[in-house]
Formats: sequence, C-alpha cells, structure tokens
Amino acid sequence: MDTADAATAAGLSFDVDRIRQDFPILTRMIREHRLVYLDNAATTQKPKPVLDTLSRYYSTGNANIHRGVHMLSEEATAAYSQARVQLQRLLNARDAREIVFTRNSTESINLVAQSYGRRHLGPGDEVLITHMEHHSNIVPWQLLCEQVGARIQVAPIDDSGTLQLDELERLIGPRTRLVSVVHLSNSLGTINPVKQIVEIAHARGVPVLIDGSQAVYHMPVDVQTIDCDFYALTGHKLYGPTGIGVLYGREALLDQMPPYQGGGDMIRSVTFEKTTYADLPHKFEAGTPHIAGAIGLGAAADYLMAIGFDGIGTHEADLLAYGTAALSDVKGLRLIGTAANKASILAFVMKGAHPHDIGTIVDTEGVAIRTGHHCTQPVMDRFGVPATARASVAMYNTRDEIDALVRALERVREMFPV
Amino acid sequence: MSELRDLYQEVILDHNKYPHNFGELDGADRHADGFNPLCGDKLAIYVNLDGDIITDVSFLGSGCAISKASASLMTDAVKGKTLTETRSLFDQFLTLVTDADARVDDAVLGKLAVFAGVCDYPTRVKCASLAWHTLRAAVDDRHEVVSTE
Repeated sequence: MDTADAATAAGLSFDVDRIRQDFPILTRMIREHRLVYLDNAATTQKPKPVLDTLSRYYSTGNANIHRGVHMLSEEATAAYSQARVQLQRLLNARDAREIVFTRNSTESINLVAQSYGRRHLGPGDEVLITHMEHHSNIVPWQLLCEQVGARIQVAPIDDSGTLQLDELERLIGPRTRLVSVVHLSNSLGTINPVKQIVEIAHARGVPVLIDGSQAVYHMPVDVQTIDCDFYALTGHKLYGPTGIGVLYGREALLDQMPPYQGGGDMIRSVTFEKTTYADLPHKFEAGTPHIAGAIGLGAAADYLMAIGFDGIGTHEADLLAYGTAALSDVKGLRLIGTAANKASILAFVMKGAHPHDIGTIVDTEGVAIRTGHHCTQPVMDRFGVPATARASVAMYNTRDEIDALVRALERVREMFPV
Repeated sequence: MSELRDLYQEVILDHNKYPHNFGELDGADRHADGFNPLCGDKLAIYVNLDGDIITDVSFLGSGCAISKASASLMTDAVKGKTLTETRSLFDQFLTLVTDADARVDDAVLGKLAVFAGVCDYPTRVKCASLAWHTLRAAVDDRHEVVSTE
C-alpha cells in the first residue's frame, strides 16, 4: 500500500505516471513496442501492493483457515476475515457478513439463481434482464427457468445502447420475481441508472441484482445508496487476482436462502441424518476458499480506495472523451455504444476490415485490444454486427496510448483501404 | 509492417476483397455449415460431385480476411480434384498453418502456400482452417455444424 498511501497522504492529485509505476507489466515490450494495454474490460493488470500481498502470503503466511489452532492458521484466518472487511468498505455494505467470497461474478450470479431463484421462482414466474447483459447474466437464468418453469423477460436498448427505462418499468409485472441488470455494459460502456431501477422494482416489491463486474473499478459503488439486494463483482477486473469474486447480499435475504454448495466450512454440525449450516457468510463458502485470492483482492480494494474514485473517474472520463474524438476521425470507423452516460469502453467496427484482422494488426504495434462478441451475442445481433473491436481504458492508461491505438488503426486502414 | 505482410499477403487481400466461388450452389450434392464460436464467423460449403470428383464447389458466409480468403482459395484448389486428393490436401493445409517446421509439398499446395504465415499467429489458425473443416464435413457427408472449438 506504500505508494498509493503516500500519494494520498501527501495530498497529491491523481498522478497517472506515478500510478503506472505501481504496475510492473506496463514496462513490457510486445513485438518491439512498449505494451499498450487497452483490454481492461477483459481483465486489468495488477499493482505491486496486490502482487506483494500474494507473494507475502504464500511466502510467510500460508495456512488453511478456520480450523488450525496454530499461529499460521490464526493469521491466515484473520487476514481472510480482514479481506472481507476491506470489500465491505469498498461497497459500503452494512456488515461484513453480507460479503460472500465466490470465484467470480458468474458464480455470484449462479449462486443467486440457484439458491434464491429456486426457492422463490415457480412456473410462470419471470426474471427481468436487459438486452445488454453479458452471457453470465443470461445463462444462469435460463438454467433456472428450465428447472422451475419460469421465463426470462428482456428490457430493450436503443440505438445508442441506452436502456429503455420506461420499457423496463412496463415489463415489471405481477409475475416478476427478480430484476437482474448490468451496472456498466462490457460491450457498450453504457452505465445503467441502477438506483432508479432499484426504486422502480422495489416499488413493486421486486428485488434487484446488479452485475457490477465492469463498474467497480471505474466508479464508487455504495450498495446502501443504490439499495440493491444483490451485487456481483469479480476480483480480476478490480486489479485483483483471478479466481476470486464477491456476492454482496442483503443480510435478511441471504439469511433465508439455502446453501448453494455443500461441504466443509459451511456447516455447524453434521450427522448422517441432519446437518445444520454455519452462519453468514460461511453458509455460502463451502470448502477451502481461495484464501490468497481474497487477501489479494482486499489489497486491491485498499489500493483503489487510497487512490480515490474522484481522481480515477476524472482521468478515465478524459481518456474516454479523448478516445471517442480520436477514433471518430479514423476513416470508416463506427463506434458501437454511444450512450450519454458511459465509461471506459470504446467499441467499434471498421468498414472493410473484420474485427479479428483489426486485433491482429494493432497487436503487431504492441496494442492489446479485444475482438469478438465479448460474451454479449444479443448485443451484436441488436447492432447487426458479428463482432466488434473493443478498446477499454483503466486508470493507468494515457492519452499517448490512445494515440498509439489510432496510429495502429491507420495501419489497418493501409492494409484494408476504403 | 513487414511481418504483417507475411500474414496478409496480396493474394489473401485480393481474395478477401473479391472472393472466388462465392454463393450458394442450388441443389448441391453435399453441404455443410461451419461455425467459429470464438469470433462468431459462420460459413457454408456446397459441393457437387460426379462420382468421386468435385465438379463444383462454393461457399457463403462472413468472416475475417483470413477465413474468407482461405475459403476462396480452397474452392479454387479442390475443384476438379477427387475426394481422396481433397482429403490429402486438407491434411497438408492443416500442417502448413499449424507447424512452422513441417515439410509441406509446395507443388501440391500451389497458391495455398500463401497461408504459411498463419502458423506464427496461433489465434488465427482457426480462421484459416474453418473452411477446410467444413469442406471435410461436406465431403464426408456429415451433417452436424462444424465447430472450430
């Protein structure tokens, strides 16, 4: 935490050069070019405080938690519990018991679908999602619907990629049992008005899950202000390790929900006749968890909070505006996703050049972007494209890197002239 | 740019822009669909046969320059060939795009040798091979959708 803490303590404003020094990978050379990493929506790079925390844990503190009476186990248990508190602070949850560690957002959503969903949904009931959901917020509900005879309703988006809120409101009917919406779209960049969506749904007595995978590393998230019932996030997009995620759940709901998986660590007592389950959040954390991952994610949360979302938000908004203008000047380029309220994502198609060819060509210039359908095939269908190229910015990116992308796209234009 | 030109050779760019044998063959003797779930590319191959000989072949679909040019050059290459020759060419082509050290017979491959650069881009091998896998399914008269995954 030294670097970011020091910056904050010194009262320095957001300093991207200083932040870049925290990310060792950013000095890597790719095909004789300095890496320009613009695939942050897929995963972000890891800062030294996270890397050091992981290394320190495995080097000096590794033990299983919740069982040993020896010192190492006590330390590991304390560090794991502390990580939960760090995530509670990041999301401003009322209680650390509302923070359940999972593998990723996908598992968080599946947990809600299988635990809450199977208990509360039956034949003819509905789950309301939007047209811009990642497959991870579609498929778990399809599985649930097949199991219980429920069905999915989809709130439409307009040509800019903005959610049609009036349509969403209209689709909340007497059979709607849950609304599940993405906070920030990974393929369009649209930021949904989640607080308003929660108000609308709650007015009809319907709980809301927010998929915050893309939002949590770009903006402050306060689950009490949003007033959502569930909030899913994944650690590796939050500058933390892979394989660790979080489900925030309102305590009253989590308390009533049956376990998602059974095993060790999630029980109070077991006989062959009857098992009683552990209290929250352990009821939902069967088996030895990803201890190092949770501790690393805790370090990532602290790192982000120390830098502060004011500075991050201002810097990234500047990059998005700069990038939007710069890309718009590239001949034959069309941006996909132009909502008024958006962040991070610059998705586009180019006349005469397939996204896969774009991706390969810019890679030879050291620029890493994502190409494909981004696990949002319904979004691709909505915009009538098989795939897009997507640049996505994070706090360590610079205007120079946007310029490098534009130069690389000029190479694309040379290869595929229009 | 120079290494990129190894991948995107002029012949490939030309076939991408002006693909040969592009379109459906009405009442084709054999037909198969291919799909690359990674990028969403879809491709259909149509084949007419006279006994063991491919008398006509065409393709339909959208995709990147590599996949489109591969389908176009493939249809040129197998027209007039026997099914056995086509299967052998399939094996040679796969070796060409996956193994930089493999020995391939340039005389057999002909123009298809322009895809030699693909093996330096492992993520693009599926783009180059989708048409071939789909043709193989058509030739073998298999009807499930061919997936590169």
